[in-house]
Amino acid sequence: MATLAEFRTAEKAWWCPGCGDFGVLAALQKALVELGVEPENVVLVSGIGCSGRMGNYINSYNLHALHGRALPAAQAIKLANRELTVIAAGGDGDGFAIGMGHYMHALRRNVDITYIVMDNMVYGLTKGQTSPTSERGFVTKSTPKGNIEKPVNQLQLALASGCGFVASGLSSNQKQLVELIKRAIQYPGFALVSCYSPCVTFNKVNTFDFFKSHLKNLDEDPNYDRHDRFRAMHLLMETEELVTGIIYEDREPVRYEDQIAGYRAQGIVNQDWTMDPALWEDLLAQYK
Amino acid sequence: MSRVDWIIPASTPPGVAATHEEGTALLQEVCWQIGGEQGTGLDSTAEVFNTVCSRSGYYVYAYKTFASRIKGGHTDFTTRLSVNRVQAPAEGVHLLVALDQETINLCAKNVYPEGIVLADTAINPALPEGITAKLVTIPFNEMTLQLGNPMMRNNLVLGASAAFLGLPLQGFKDYAAKRWGRKGEEFVNLIWTAMEQGYDYVSTHWPGLKLDLQPSDGREKLLMTGNEAAALGAVAGGCRAIFSYPITPASEIAETLVKIFPKVGGVAVQMEDELGSIVACVGAGFAGVRAMTATSGPGLSLMQEGLGLASMTETPVVLVDTQRGGPSTGMPTKHEQSDILAMCLGGHGAGPRIVLAPGSTGELIAMTAEAFNLADNYQCPVLIASDLALALFQQSVEPEEAALEKLPAIDRSSIADPAEVAALGRGVYQRYNKADGIGITRRSLPGMTHGQILATGSEHNGNGKVFEGTENRVYMMDRRLGKVRKVKTEAVRYFGSENADLVLIAFGTTLGAAKEAQAKVEAATGKKVGVLQVRLIFPVPIDEIRAAVGSAKALVVESNANAQLAFLLKGAGFNPDQLYSLLKYDGTLFTVKEIVDAGQVVLADETHFLVTGGGLGVRATIDPTSTLIAKEA
Repeated sequence: MATLAEFRTAEKAWWCPGCGDFGVLAALQKALVELGVEPENVVLVSGIGCSGRMGNYINSYNLHALHGRALPAAQAIKLANRELTVIAAGGDGDGFAIGMGHYMHALRRNVDITYIVMDNMVYGLTKGQTSPTSERGFVTKSTPKGNIEKPVNQLQLALASGCGFVASGLSSNQKQLVELIKRAIQYPGFALVSCYSPCVTFNKVNTFDFFKSHLKNLDEDPNYDRHDRFRAMHLLMETEELVTGIIYEDREPVRYEDQIAGYRAQGIVNQDWTMDPALWEDLLAQYK
Repeated sequence: MSRVDWIIPASTPPGVAATHEEGTALLQEVCWQIGGEQGTGLDSTAEVFNTVCSRSGYYVYAYKTFASRIKGGHTDFTTRLSVNRVQAPAEGVHLLVALDQETINLCAKNVYPEGIVLADTAINPALPEGITAKLVTIPFNEMTLQLGNPMMRNNLVLGASAAFLGLPLQGFKDYAAKRWGRKGEEFVNLIWTAMEQGYDYVSTHWPGLKLDLQPSDGREKLLMTGNEAAALGAVAGGCRAIFSYPITPASEIAETLVKIFPKVGGVAVQMEDELGSIVACVGAGFAGVRAMTATSGPGLSLMQEGLGLASMTETPVVLVDTQRGGPSTGMPTKHEQSDILAMCLGGHGAGPRIVLAPGSTGELIAMTAEAFNLADNYQCPVLIASDLALALFQQSVEPEEAALEKLPAIDRSSIADPAEVAALGRGVYQRYNKADGIGITRRSLPGMTHGQILATGSEHNGNGKVFEGTENRVYMMDRRLGKVRKVKTEAVRYFGSENADLVLIAFGTTLGAAKEAQAKVEAATGKKVGVLQVRLIFPVPIDEIRAAVGSAKALVVESNANAQLAFLLKGAGFNPDQLYSLLKYDGTLFTVKEIVDAGQVVLADETHFLVTGGGLGVRATIDPTSTLIAKEA
């Protein structure tokens, strides 16, 4: 079984000291080790942004895709070889601005992948502009008088779009985050883990301290029923999504893969693609 | 400012159709056309007619006029059937079946003077002034009512058409039994009765009025559209995934594959947009599966960044572009070949791509299969330049062109051996390195132990890590661009006379008309003419093109306004003094006559740039590629 060391790379992460993304990377590596997954059977697809660098620091197969387009690639990798563990990772700008069109459809398609979002509520790599999850009034280089747009509610969107596993974590709460990622990977369908991952350089409002004092932790609520979708939506509206834990889990998920006509148990990449002459004649007969 | 010195009339003068001879001689080819209101089953009538002709051994080229709407409005279907291979629109119509007066108003002018216009008595038809074709009527409506099923009108039409064209009715009856047999004997008998009634009506009323077609060679052909051919070629070439977004005229590729894939374990996903479609293909390709997308101009524009990702990460991807009128929404249901530059050079930066162009539907089968080998082995995107007419119009395919044993075998030699990669140990495998002469490294796939890599659209070093060093940058750029300079494929095909005075250069649908024009230009001028099909558009196979053209004048015939292939040839160093250009961009296909006219002009003088279409014939124009040069007002 693989060790933590086997999931690490020699390269040192270039994130700013104290960046929330360190915690998310560590939690992902730990979750994979605890699940007993071998590094060569993991594919991490990342978008563009600070969080998109994650693929440089994990010894899995990595595809560093286009800005906003980690999800189309990740879904296709899973469909191409369902024997793999496929993780998509990116930031709030990547997922909910330029990539929003893919987010909604990945949620409703339900391919068996895990999507980890590192939400810092700001554009970091471009050095401090407003993001789709920035709060109203948030002052940045692109909103010097304060952000006048309402933030995206990605967790409510996920619920509304039929996502069967909706979780939220905080990068510094390693114990909970490792558990959330493990459960997400094990969930048979599209699983969302949205993590608050503070930017220590460009967001002086939504800091680690801010989240520690504002987040409601569902692990501390023994009465919360994570299978109740209406309750989950109510909770998210009530808390303005400042919540951690498994918010919703579908009891009877049906994967996209299990609904494709003629789709096989073996990964497509491992099948023999040679055309059967009898089938070929059958296909041609339609044109005679 | 456009300079027009002279114009050759676009319309064919009445009675000059070379293939239509008076007297008892049998015709080598016949053109049948049916027109009426969209949504009344004309498409399936035409499909039956075409299929039966193909089954009886005739070569078929079938095309249609349609609009971006579903019901209502005029539509017409035209079928050119011949004892010779034909891949271009006919010059005129021999038998027009008009189901409404609008069809007569729109289409009768194309009927040869000795041709026939067959209409329903019920519409009380009248020929426009000056049309000398023979108008005959059959009470289709009344006969249909007596048969008691509205579907029978089209079967009466088929029977009557068979009688006029001297086609044995048995072929139609056999096909009806095959196609509708599952609906029961009674239904098939009703169809047979309708067909017989239509046939007998013609034989009884006009026993002498025949457009007798020469018997065919009797060898059954396949009949399919280019989109169907591309789908078949893909699945034979090992394609097991398509990620695409509906668009005219590409949608049928995915629609055909989604029917085939359950038989082979593949997957067809209708994506949310073209941005996602191309990146999904990169994902599947990264995982080692042969994946494709199919689109048209607007989709190609959206896919440019994703194509760059495939080029940069050296991931195989196959894209079929069924070109249509552009830019922007342009003319979605009209033909054009104007995405050539976007396919070859689109997007930001410079990355490796291979662009292929088929010259027929039959060729598209093997070419699509080959595209997957090229994509895998050169580790880059391969684009197939199809076009609307290839995509949608039915064309005969020789059985040999579809024979499985003649298609390229699946070649995966550029995939690494898992045991070899595992033996390297951790962190040793180099994904992007000059492991062989053309700079392609055998690639590891997810699942292979110690083959872990980072594939990134950022510039990177040999093991895939992001790196922007100047020396590394130059090495990586040169290696990526260099590997496609030696693409092993049949880059060109030459037809016609050797040591020619004039070589017509064509690709895609245009090739059919060019091949037909070749002998006619020779006959009209006494000069030697050849046709060069460019199959590898990019990188430009300039050596092969130069060798094939020799010292001849080269007339590039293409359906776009800015001479895109001619521009590429110029850029590749083709002698501009030898280069001539014929363009058309009015949405219609080149006719044989237009190419013949242009060929004569080019042989006669030094007019380099010609344009046709838009209701005007072949005429001179300014250098269309000079739109790239700022001109004085």
